[in-house]
Amino acid sequence: MQFFLDFEKPLAELEQKLKELRDYSTDGVDFSSDIKKLEKKSEKLRDEIFSNLTRWQRTQLARHQVRPHTLDYVEHIFTDWFEVHGDRNFRDDPALVCGFARLDGEPCVVIGHQKGRDTKEKVYRNFGMPNPEGYRKALRVMQMAEQFGLPIFTFVDTPGAFPGIGAEERGQAEAIARNLREMAALTVPIIVTVTGEGGSGGALAIAVGNKVMMLQYSVYAVISPEGCAAILWGDGTRGPEAAEALKLTSMDIDALGMIIDDVIPEPAGGAHTDHVAAAAQVKSYLKKHLAELQKLSPEELVEQRYQKFRAMSVIEE
Amino acid sequence: MAWFKKSKAPIAPVVNKKVQMPEGLWTKCKNCEEIIYSKEIERNLNVCPKCDYHFRISARERIALVIDEGSFVETDPEMKSVDFLKFKDSKKYSDRLKAALKKNGGGEAVVTGSGLMNGMEIVVAVFDFGFLGGSMGSVVGEKVTRAIELGLEKQAPVLIFSSSGGARMQESILSLMQMAKSSAALAKLKKAGIPFISVLTDPTTGGVTASFSMLGDLNIAEPKALIGFAGPRVIEQTIRQQLPEGFQRSEYLLDHGMVDMIISRREMKQKLTQVLQIFTKQSPAA
Ligand SMILES: [Zn+2]
Repeated sequence: MQFFLDFEKPLAELEQKLKELRDYSTDGVDFSSDIKKLEKKSEKLRDEIFSNLTRWQRTQLARHQVRPHTLDYVEHIFTDWFEVHGDRNFRDDPALVCGFARLDGEPCVVIGHQKGRDTKEKVYRNFGMPNPEGYRKALRVMQMAEQFGLPIFTFVDTPGAFPGIGAEERGQAEAIARNLREMAALTVPIIVTVTGEGGSGGALAIAVGNKVMMLQYSVYAVISPEGCAAILWGDGTRGPEAAEALKLTSMDIDALGMIIDDVIPEPAGGAHTDHVAAAAQVKSYLKKHLAELQKLSPEELVEQRYQKFRAMSVIEE
Repeated sequence: MAWFKKSKAPIAPVVNKKVQMPEGLWTKCKNCEEIIYSKEIERNLNVCPKCDYHFRISARERIALVIDEGSFVETDPEMKSVDFLKFKDSKKYSDRLKAALKKNGGGEAVVTGSGLMNGMEIVVAVFDFGFLGGSMGSVVGEKVTRAIELGLEKQAPVLIFSSSGGARMQESILSLMQMAKSSAALAKLKKAGIPFISVLTDPTTGGVTASFSMLGDLNIAEPKALIGFAGPRVIEQTIRQQLPEGFQRSEYLLDHGMVDMIISRREMKQKLTQVLQIFTKQSPAA
């Protein structure tokens, strides 16, 4: 699937030219020096664009249509994956996927928001916005992880909880809150990766981890830039300004020094340009943190997680 | 006096357009739109005598209603918010904080402490909607968490009276994290078998609802309070449908199983005492 953001387009045009040149080269004509020149130019342009991204452009990258989603990471990182469905209460929520798998042979639980790529799937996945039954399914599966002593990997990628009548009637506030409380007490390792959009309570409901990481071009905030703009200025189109104010990029959040443990570097041009390489990078971080956490006892895991979140405040007294 | 023009002539009390009224002598009820003598509302614990709407009250007024006189010991009264993101919309966050402090005479969006309720020691956290809409940033999250930890230390029941627009945008990600921090503390309280009662008052929405406010062993609401996660306006804009009658009001939440009971302000202290005496196996006071 081809899709380019506005600021990616000059780069995409160069890449297209390069591709054409390479295709001609196979016919016995030598373009190698032109290709080299163009490759240099392309690399330089990419560096230029990507070293000067605004917070809004980074938000757009985090939402990029071709960006790897949870099931892409599952495919490239894990084996033996099987998805499980339903909260045993109301229905299955396709916006939040849960299942079991192996990480290099090690059994584990994988949970993540799931967005769609084409229109039909986007609607089916509700644009990655869970309903209460999604959080409740996640909690059911996380408690199973505890029962069987399996580590939990979560992948965060949602604009936020779904603002719908049914979601309110079925208690989405209660569902999110319960996850926060119950995740705090789980006796198995929880490793959280914000892969795309970390949007408000809908993100946090699967993000209370012993380790929390963000991909380089992911964002994480208390509210979406559009939602923030609507509240502050009564104008949802002022998202770019709100993104600046919210300081929502991985760099911003890393700078606070207490929220995330690592920023995972992405392939040049963003994770969407190379799913396999992005997943390989994520996998190496998951393995590193899992190895560390496996040294802790169940009680120590709970305490380490508690202290991690307990320390999150900036106050004056 | 905007209320004046909108009043329905036949039911309005004796109000003469030509007579100058001192500001605040009359109050228009937000719910039934009746115009009522302000003193009468005050005498009625800030509850509308016509329709039972519970007006928003300050944290201090709330504390006076549930804690025995002279027994309240406030904790962390000096804790202050910091504008660590240099957040600016139409105003700077630091200026908003200054204005709120001035208007409120100090404090923050929540007041915490311990005291006696009909002789029983309890820990309370009471929100002040008047301070930046009761929004939760680092200070609110920290004070609520410390109150829960104080309950653990004293082995005393914890009561939280919420009234909040949700997480405080000006502290962005750190406001979000207060939801996790406070809820984690409740996990410890629950494990220790100490009761936690959440009282939801008008309005309780957003990140406060989606953390401790919905995690009470009992969730109790004041009548007709707005309680929800997403705001009604956001929902309406998203789904482009009209919201059902009474949507996100206490009575609606009771019907949908999200709160245990609705208790009027007048009966709150007595009921809470009765509940906690049962939860802590104490005999009723004489
Ligand atoms: Zn009224």
